[in-house]
Amino acid sequence: MKYSRLAQNLIPLLCLAMVACGKQDNTSTATNPGTAATAQAGEEVVKIGAAAPLTGPQSHLGKDNENGTKMAIDEANAKGITIGGKKIRFELISEDDQADPRMGTMVAQKFVDQQVKGVIGHLNSGTTIPSSKIYSDAGIVQISPSATNVTYTAQGFKTAFRVMANDAQQGKVLGYYATHQMGGKKIAIIDDRSAYGQGLADEFKKAVLNGGAQIVAHEFTTDKATDFMAILTKIKSVKPDILFYGGMDAQGGPMMKQVRGLGLTAKFLTGDGGSTPEFIKLAAGDAEGAYSSLPGLPLEKMPGGKEFGTRFTAKYGQIQLYAPYCYDAVNVMIAAMQQADSVEPAKYLPKLAGIVHDGVTAKISFDGKGDLKDGMITLYQVKNGKWEVLETLEAK
Amino acid sequence: MDIFLQQLINGLVLGSIYALVALGYTMVYGILELINFAHGEITMIGAMVSLAVINLLIGSTLDLPGVMIVFMGVLTAIPACMALGFVIERVAYRPLRHAPRLAPLITAIGVSIVLQNAAMLIWGRQYISFPPIIPIQRYEVLGATISNLQIFIFIFSALLMAGLIMLVHKTRLGRAMRATAQSPQAASLMGVNVNNIIAITFILGSALAAIAGVMVGAYYGLAHYYMGFLLGLKAFCAAVLGGIGNIAGAMLGGLLLGVIESLGAGYIGDLTGGFLGSHYQDVFAFLVLILVLVFRPSGLLGERVVERA
Repeated sequence: MKYSRLAQNLIPLLCLAMVACGKQDNTSTATNPGTAATAQAGEEVVKIGAAAPLTGPQSHLGKDNENGTKMAIDEANAKGITIGGKKIRFELISEDDQADPRMGTMVAQKFVDQQVKGVIGHLNSGTTIPSSKIYSDAGIVQISPSATNVTYTAQGFKTAFRVMANDAQQGKVLGYYATHQMGGKKIAIIDDRSAYGQGLADEFKKAVLNGGAQIVAHEFTTDKATDFMAILTKIKSVKPDILFYGGMDAQGGPMMKQVRGLGLTAKFLTGDGGSTPEFIKLAAGDAEGAYSSLPGLPLEKMPGGKEFGTRFTAKYGQIQLYAPYCYDAVNVMIAAMQQADSVEPAKYLPKLAGIVHDGVTAKISFDGKGDLKDGMITLYQVKNGKWEVLETLEAK
Repeated sequence: MDIFLQQLINGLVLGSIYALVALGYTMVYGILELINFAHGEITMIGAMVSLAVINLLIGSTLDLPGVMIVFMGVLTAIPACMALGFVIERVAYRPLRHAPRLAPLITAIGVSIVLQNAAMLIWGRQYISFPPIIPIQRYEVLGATISNLQIFIFIFSALLMAGLIMLVHKTRLGRAMRATAQSPQAASLMGVNVNNIIAITFILGSALAAIAGVMVGAYYGLAHYYMGFLLGLKAFCAAVLGGIGNIAGAMLGGLLLGVIESLGAGYIGDLTGGFLGSHYQDVFAFLVLILVLVFRPSGLLGERVVERA
């Protein structure tokens, strides 16, 4: 009697627990209280939406995105921009999409309802792709600072742009680098089954096979996992010389630690999602020698890049990853508005499609699909506890 | 064979951590028939507090050896979690002791959310890395690699569990706990202070959770504000697998679950021809929970050691 009662109670209870945990992070943060709508006479408030995971394992990256976006918007407001004869004040509406595709579309709908004039986001490919349809239907311009999955701009939405090289470009360069410069022959792959990780891993795989190397294992994890011992043990048994991880730093760092913990000596290679100081911190002493790639030129090589770095660091601390790309995304959007002399997406969209803008990460112009033209990919390696530039390759 | 052995080692280490956390669930359930869903969060708080102390000591001018620093971290985390466990019981559960069964469960979930968000506010949202201050040594055993940390986790957990069994079966306090589990009314008529016993149960469980939290932090090298959630759920599955309310069952369930997860993640890809991949690792715990509830709701070790009248 007792145990069947336990069973009866447990099932609704677990459901309840699941619901509770799904909901707990559901706090959207409308930051920027300082600029809460206090429009003065003759001033027009233009809302810009920004979406990124502000809670969960990637929240440090989401916060970084928010800071980069905020900095560009604050600077534009300080400068005082006039569009269409009116003084414009930009207002940032920052939302937490939890890196969850379902939350991503909810956030997108919220932005549409709030009539934002443009969206900077989302951070992840998994949230960017489903939300892009909503923005496209509403005619709102979307510039993702960091979604690299090929599908995003391949859906034929005129409103979808990104200021970063896509996975096909990055995967190709990574695969080339692994098989040529790193001399890999037996390569193992792990990906996190997210749109980003899976997409990048698949492109990498193609390039590796083209380069004449062998894929000896392809294992999977999730973007919330912390234990990789089981898959790493399996990978260790096939003795790869390179291990590639398609995913973010929150998994990449701890994975790196466990790789060395198991005595696996393969070189570790990861994409832009792992190219952060956080990766080194989480690998706790075992990051040395790890490789990563990041679209764009190294910041210090860009005109205005170094100066951006100093200003950002002074205000928000160390750059995590995509803040400069967010900064560029906002500025390129504002530049298009100025050229069109309108903040209406329908008006400034054609100008954005044809823009040439000197950003801090690249000279930004878009191809017919909304992808960045002539993307460059830079490779980095951890030396003495810091990511050092190895070389920059052209993404073709 | 060496892969199998390695997966088994990974599983046993993981399992001994699950077992420590599962004990907290099972002890409280044994006495109160309450599932303390905030227990996973206590583990998280343990990891976070010890990490804060460890980082403080590393940053200080005191030049202590690594093991000493971690030891100090644990020594701070244990009383902190004990106090937390006591407060949670006093504030969230005791006022509801005679309320319908679902009410304390809901406050448990509430406490869990409060703790998570408090930790997020205090320690931030990002992953915090555990400084690698204990030198890791690796040993090769029959082709598998095992580290000194893994050995330590396994042996220390076993000792703690043995200690707990001794406490419950050989001491006055343990007898009082068993009596309270059988019948709180009768126990109080025999002069047992039931409120104290329940508080002590929470405190003991929380101390074990604190140790488990530090172990998880040191083992994976990181801690974050919601690490306790999944760990708690899995430990709960382990407790149900072994037979919730049964102390030996929680240990068995924890170890088994660790091994099932490890072997499952290692072999699922091969067994299903690549149809299901290793990213289904977390599914095993819940699969086990469902199977146990359907086929053997009382868990592996059947009857509870202490039956309530």
